[in-house]
Amino acid sequence: MKITVDTNLCEVHGDCVVVAPDFFDIGEDDEVVQVLDAEPGEEHRATVVQAAKMCPVAAIRIEG
Amino acid sequence: MSELQDVVVVGGGLAGFRFAQSLRDAGYDGRVTIVSDEEHLPYDRPPLSKQLLAGTYTEEQCALPGDAPDVSWVLGRRAERLDRERRVVVLDDGTEVGYDGLLIATGRRARPWPGEMPSSGVHTLRDLADTAAFRSSIGPGAKVVIVGAGFIGCEVAATLRKEGVDVTVVDVSEHPMPVMGPEVGARAARLHEAQGVRFRLGRGVAGFEGEDRVTGVRLEDGELLEASVVLVAVGSVPNSEWFADAGLSMDRDVVVCDATCTVLDADGQPVAGIVAAGDIAAWPHHHGEGAVCIEHWSNARDMADLAARNLLLPVGERAEMAAMASVPTFWSDQYNVKIKSAGFLRAADSWTIVEEDVEKPSLLAEGRRDGELVGAIAFNMNRSIIGYQRQLVAP
Repeated sequence: MKITVDTNLCEVHGDCVVVAPDFFDIGEDDEVVQVLDAEPGEEHRATVVQAAKMCPVAAIRIEG
Repeated sequence: MSELQDVVVVGGGLAGFRFAQSLRDAGYDGRVTIVSDEEHLPYDRPPLSKQLLAGTYTEEQCALPGDAPDVSWVLGRRAERLDRERRVVVLDDGTEVGYDGLLIATGRRARPWPGEMPSSGVHTLRDLADTAAFRSSIGPGAKVVIVGAGFIGCEVAATLRKEGVDVTVVDVSEHPMPVMGPEVGARAARLHEAQGVRFRLGRGVAGFEGEDRVTGVRLEDGELLEASVVLVAVGSVPNSEWFADAGLSMDRDVVVCDATCTVLDADGQPVAGIVAAGDIAAWPHHHGEGAVCIEHWSNARDMADLAARNLLLPVGERAEMAAMASVPTFWSDQYNVKIKSAGFLRAADSWTIVEEDVEKPSLLAEGRRDGELVGAIAFNMNRSIIGYQRQLVAP
């Protein structure tokens, strides 16, 4: 499983950070979200999928 | 697994689209029909007052995120009546659509101006066609008057000022975006004024000048604002006429749900098989008095996801239905400021600015009721607001 963020789409809404703080973060001045762990273990799939689903602009992709 | 086979969604906005996606994500393999009075497939409304109006997005780029769910679309048809006895929705062409599960998601429409209007030049903004019509009416040298300093009015003002369009905003309220309280509102007014927006606040509109085409806006105190285009942005009204006589519990013209998004009947009892989502529905938020209708994007998303999961539970497992734990949030982009909120702001009886940097600009404000934190607002503080989203989750 690999997380990528489309930085052209990301508007730092932060919903992914609320759902999955171990994998996403935003700083006060960031213009795009930071991916803290781009290749999480399979046991985190549900959390990461939910984070992607909450994104208002569908900027988060999960491959694999 | 679900006992349902024929789920009908009335309303083709965010809530209906997400609900259908969530049904499929949950493994529901029966029929889904989405009825919408718009000719378009569901699209995202936040860009209408910003990127689409500015011309940086095309209509295609306003498509809702995620794959379109596998559904039967009935577009350009309005629901006229809900017959709960026979479990059918009657459409405006007389067609009857039968359901064993139903989502009410017809949302709201722009509140029309209550008085007389010139035959052209006065607009509202709620759908794709509205944005296109408003945009095309603004020629070189246009003088735009926006009636209503809510979020739509302020976003449109910001979008137009970036292009140098002459903009005046009128509102009976003393501050723009009054839900944010006077302290934040005063700062929001300064932000707009620094970009050249003129306000007429605390002032009502008496009427419009012009016969074929609008030429001005007359205020109640007699002032005449010259206008070549007017946007009326004075809120919205629910599209609830089609189920008004269906014996459901109603509050301020929206349907009342319990915390599971199941609609209640007139006696306050849950109606098996009918759920609702988005700003056509009210639900019991812990900081509201009774059920509250929350007109935010995130509320439509969260109600739709929950309503889908709960609707699919077999009758015998109703006790396992999940309750809304969604924290109301909204965002608004105006100039270089990203405004975000968390919590049910209308509950606040006082606001305190807890952090501010006028240069940046950034701002953090807390809203309290009887001393208890009920909401927060941030300007350009995208990290701080997340803490409040966590803190304000229902106990």
